Amino acid sequence: MKSKKTFIDPLVDNNPITRQVLGICSALAVTVKIEQALVMTFALTFVLVMSNVSVSLLRKYIPSSIRIIVQLTIISTLVTLIDQFLKAYMYDISKPMSVFIALIITNCIVMGRADAYAMQNNVKDSFLDGLGNALGYGAILVLVAFFRELLGFGTILDIKILPDFLNNGLMLLAPGAFIILGLIIWAQRSITNFVEE
Amino acid sequence: MKNKYVFILTITVICSLLLSLVSEVLKERQDKNIAIDRKKNILSAVGIDIAEFSILDIDQYFIDNIDTLIITPEGSLVNNISIESLLEEENSQTGEIKYFDQKQDEFLPVYTEKLSKSIILPVSGKGLWGSLYGYFALDADNFSTVKGITFYKHKETPGLGAEISEKWFQSNFIGKEIYDNSSLISINVTKAGLADKAALHEVDGISGATITSNGVTNLLKRDLKRYEPYFIKNKK
Repeated sequence: MKSKKTFIDPLVDNNPITRQVLGICSALAVTVKIEQALVMTFALTFVLVMSNVSVSLLRKYIPSSIRIIVQLTIISTLVTLIDQFLKAYMYDISKPMSVFIALIITNCIVMGRADAYAMQNNVKDSFLDGLGNALGYGAILVLVAFFRELLGFGTILDIKILPDFLNNGLMLLAPGAFIILGLIIWAQRSITNFVEE
Repeated sequence: MKNKYVFILTITVICSLLLSLVSEVLKERQDKNIAIDRKKNILSAVGIDIAEFSILDIDQYFIDNIDTLIITPEGSLVNNISIESLLEEENSQTGEIKYFDQKQDEFLPVYTEKLSKSIILPVSGKGLWGSLYGYFALDADNFSTVKGITFYKHKETPGLGAEISEKWFQSNFIGKEIYDNSSLISINVTKAGLADKAALHEVDGISGATITSNGVTNLLKRDLKRYEPYFIKNKK
């Protein structure tokens, strides 16, 4: 029961982006197209799950005075791995995204979950927590990208939906992402009646 | 106390071993991707539709129809140097890329395409947010008629400056002339809508992207100038 909650909770109710407002930078940068958002979600899922699992495995041995350094070493290794992997197997997509993949290292969600959750919980729960948070992050990313691609380019996954004259250049720039993200957070908070204290 | 150092050392060693292993295994594939990407861009500069080409097709097309030449800044052909051995050095102020060999002598690369009788030159320069990198194709007989242009890497604003990588902008260049009789004029990118369609040396710029448009004008002028000795020597 607890495991299920660990996985489900960050998907909506405790979503890292809309509720905790973490990982905003990448939510602005890679949400111009759905394809990019999906690749980013894939990369972050790998990093977050693996870092949660490895930190959880080592949690009894990590000296607490250097735990941040250890976590950062693990996270940056994983990020470099996924970046290398994308460059080798998905070159065309990774080319414009490489810099944002590298910046997963500084994504607050990854380190936040490692330090706040994986350091205290067993491997199975940490795995589920990582997966839940990554997918919760990904869901918002894809949702924002859906609106930006549709309104900015008139396409969904590169398939033409709306005529060209409706394209809105603002949606392709960072302010477009801010507006959509703000609307999503507003919608979620007015449904759940959550108020920041 | 001592444990702490042993622990972080072990973690670091394990992580770096893992990284070097993966990097070594994937290196060949990554280099291949970069080479293919470059070839794709060279082909699209002469207007070849690469969307239907597989990686093997691209390699084959290159072997069959494209020659890579290395020339000196004075315009004479060098036979004993390959493009792979040249080091690229970018001027961070102007975005100009220079090519040097081990002895710091400067050279220039030229690609020739047999079917459309074109030569393809790498061009680069500053745009608004960063450098623009592309290829510029000319007729291989008169070195004046433009066959095409592509930009494969830039950081321009989506919807504005980034339009330089779109077909409508690039196709404006086709058929223009960079020479007026015997003087090198290059191509001017004007303000949007101001270019005379019949004018041989100007094309329409992009509205809202004046700095990007000017960047293209400047980089063409400068990079074409470098090849002028070669044009003069080989003109038919």
